[in-house]
Amino acid sequence: MDQVSWLRRRKPGIKDARKREVPDGLWRKCEVCGEIIYHKELERSLWTCPKCGYHFRIGSTQYRDILADPGSFVELLSGIESTDPLGFVDSRKYTDRLRDAKEKTGLSSAVLSGSARIEGRLVMLELLDFGFLGGSLGSAMGEKIARLARMAIEERVPLVTLASSGGARMQEGILSLMQMAKTSAMLARLHDEGLLHVVIQTHPTTGGVTASFASLGDVIMAEPGALIGFAGPRVIQQTIKQELPEGFQRSEFLLEHGMVDVVVHRKELRATLSKVLEFFSDDSRDEAEDTLDQARKQGL
Amino acid sequence: MVAWLEFEKPLIELEQKIDELRSIADGQSIDVSRELKRLEAKADGLREQIYGKLSRWQTAQIARHPRRPYTLDYVRHFGADFIELHGDRSFGDDPAMVGGLCFLDGRRVMLIGHQKGRDTKENIRRNFGMAHPEGYRKALRLMKLAASFGRPIVTFVDTPGAHPGIGAEERGQAEAIARNLHEMSRLPVPIVVVVIGEGGSGGALGIGVGDRVLMLEYSIYSVISPEGCASILFRDASRAQEAAEAMRISAPDLLSLGVIDELIEEPPGGAHRDHRAAASAVLAAVTRHLSELEDLSGEELVRLRLEKFLAMGDYREA
Repeated sequence: MDQVSWLRRRKPGIKDARKREVPDGLWRKCEVCGEIIYHKELERSLWTCPKCGYHFRIGSTQYRDILADPGSFVELLSGIESTDPLGFVDSRKYTDRLRDAKEKTGLSSAVLSGSARIEGRLVMLELLDFGFLGGSLGSAMGEKIARLARMAIEERVPLVTLASSGGARMQEGILSLMQMAKTSAMLARLHDEGLLHVVIQTHPTTGGVTASFASLGDVIMAEPGALIGFAGPRVIQQTIKQELPEGFQRSEFLLEHGMVDVVVHRKELRATLSKVLEFFSDDSRDEAEDTLDQARKQGL
Repeated sequence: MVAWLEFEKPLIELEQKIDELRSIADGQSIDVSRELKRLEAKADGLREQIYGKLSRWQTAQIARHPRRPYTLDYVRHFGADFIELHGDRSFGDDPAMVGGLCFLDGRRVMLIGHQKGRDTKENIRRNFGMAHPEGYRKALRLMKLAASFGRPIVTFVDTPGAHPGIGAEERGQAEAIARNLHEMSRLPVPIVVVVIGEGGSGGALGIGVGDRVLMLEYSIYSVISPEGCASILFRDASRAQEAAEAMRISAPDLLSLGVIDELIEEPPGGAHRDHRAAASAVLAAVTRHLSELEDLSGEELVRLRLEKFLAMGDYREA
């Protein structure tokens, strides 16, 4: 199957590459073309299918390793975690869902935040993780995103956001919705300060995350074939009661409609991001950043 | 077509009885005043009984009541001169979102709101109050216009949600809402938001960032509709009642969660029974808040607005 045909497949499920690592052992089957791939080869190709180009879904730590210079990532704000403000119970207790998500992912929330270097340039980097309750936006994520934006302002460095989310954290009710306003308001401050914000949209980026910080990048990149949109395709289909067009809400569709700047293969992500950062960086400031970073490291 | 909710039926029947009795008595010289008094007292009791302990789901039904006053009804009852302005200057005009120049009690404000239709035909035209990206972009255009001339902004929120459809996605529904949140957070003029009916998710918030957020007593505001929440989390859309309770979508809930600043009381039995009284309550609250905000500089407004929204949320920090 060529690159185009996997983009056009009807029902792209959202699957987690991590889940299958253990049971499938050393070999993985491409979800789209069926190619059997040796795990080392898959890792080398950054979890994209060498044959058809399909991008397997990966977690925040894998993206961290792809984007950040080796060893440069310093996690920040890891102490911020969700609570259960509404005492929410649906088919399960929200507190149980949270506990399971932490155990499954080893993360403390649905976003991994920190500072990092990308080809030497200091940035604030935040990586949403779909594996943690669908990367949903709750109060903890909202707070971490607002605070990292503030830190980017204080340090005068660009902010890079890798988005991967099903939308709002329904279990936190209206407080979840308000995180959209909170993050967007803080990003407005970042933009007022003349600082760069780059967003990378990955599969999937939908709902409240798309309708707030993930759509506010000065530059918006997207991985190929990612589902990106406001409403989920099922909701749209139920509303309009007709078949959705081929490739609807995929990265290439958004590119065509002017909603993303550039679609970038995962293998090119780091290089492209680095070039974007280079274009906007104030060279005279880079040295100052180095000094600042050194000072910070010694302080830590 | 007259539509009433199931739980208000006993009250409606009683009210109709009272009306009948009155009209009978009008034509003849029978003294029914004692009977009338008795029935009216009974109606008052019934009203209190029904509206005093509404479930969140019942509140949602009142918020969606087909007789509930909508944005343009309020404008009409304010008795204010209003010049509606149309279009986003980019794609089109969205009838689900209205806005214009409003002379409100001696003040010149930019008034913007979702607009539902009163009957099927109008509802189709106004898409049941579900705006497209051009609606949000029109709203932003008008807000920026107001800001550049130092006029305050008042928004009325009343939508099931932003429209989920092909065109809406093609034209960037998510970006349009995100942009509004971003820009509204830094407009240097007073913004007063009133949730007058349904506060449906991002579609509501898209015109909902302000210095004051007020809510009518029987309106709702939630991250997803009770039906949507039920079908996703409870895996059964018919469990909307439970979802409404779990998400805490009523005005008193939002007041206690620190998301809104004030609850505006509705006339007995709800705004749909007395549009005029509802409008005067809304007008009084809006003008009171505008007066308070007018003393602040643009810079101060923006700083306080940011602080207000940064404080929202509930998390733990180790």
